[in-house]
Amino acid sequence: MAAPTLDALTVGQEVARRTFTVDRARLVRYAGASGDVNPIHWNERIATSVGLPGVIAHGMWTMGSAVGVVVDWVGDPGAVLDYQVRFSRPVPVPDPGETAVEVVATVGALDAEAGTARIDLAVTVEGARVLGKAQAVVRLH
Amino acid sequence: MPVDTSYAGRVYPPNAPYEVGREKLREFAEAVAATHPAYTDPEAARALGHPDVVAPPTFAVVVAQRAEAQLLSDPAAGIDFSRVVHADERFTHHRPIHAGDRLVTVLHVDAITERAGLTMVTTRAEIAAEGGAPVATVVSTLAVRGEGS
Repeated sequence: MAAPTLDALTVGQEVARRTFTVDRARLVRYAGASGDVNPIHWNERIATSVGLPGVIAHGMWTMGSAVGVVVDWVGDPGAVLDYQVRFSRPVPVPDPGETAVEVVATVGALDAEAGTARIDLAVTVEGARVLGKAQAVVRLH
Repeated sequence: MPVDTSYAGRVYPPNAPYEVGREKLREFAEAVAATHPAYTDPEAARALGHPDVVAPPTFAVVVAQRAEAQLLSDPAAGIDFSRVVHADERFTHHRPIHAGDRLVTVLHVDAITERAGLTMVTTRAEIAAEGGAPVATVVSTLAVRGEGS
């Protein structure tokens, strides 16, 4: 697939969508890879003892996984110049089972002078937004 | 113990270099189910103009949190990790991180503010190459719940 170009985009246009899943094993893997071993992401007893409904995903796991649709669409991880999110709602991860996370990426703004597009991500679990103000600025040609 | 708001404005000395390895990037990419070949295949990365395999957009958190630990693991700062939730995170890449980089981080405590029973702690990790050229800026805000809330 050819890399997208700035002049072919319009604000509001959907450019990518993807649904991915997370289970406890995925969180253990992320804990190890990232070095964030906070037990609320793998230990039910500790998660509930601090007032959570149960084990929740690392916010950084959700943030890191969601941007994959942008990278694959733009074609180069190095084209992501800026990426920010607010963590608006925790993502509970059951055992047994898994949680489905849906990402829809749309064009939020275009800057022809800078050669960049702002891609806004709607990231939801069962229809509820789990990330707010999730925006990636990418360099395009 | 409440968060010590006098830590706002503090700047820590540069920390020990973080050496970015190919296998670490592979491990991180797999953990976030990222499949772009430039994360794992040096030839695919070079075809895009990178000197070696590149880091996924949020990998810099691994580098930043080593610097953040200077604040978070300081008992005198009063940040009780069982009362912390992550409020927001932002990565600004001045250039892509790639395998072989040796990265030095300076941690800034940009703000500590109290509102509605929460203490918001905003840190900024300025990540640079060993020679000083800027690589990434990572801004993170933690919300710390007060006692009894």
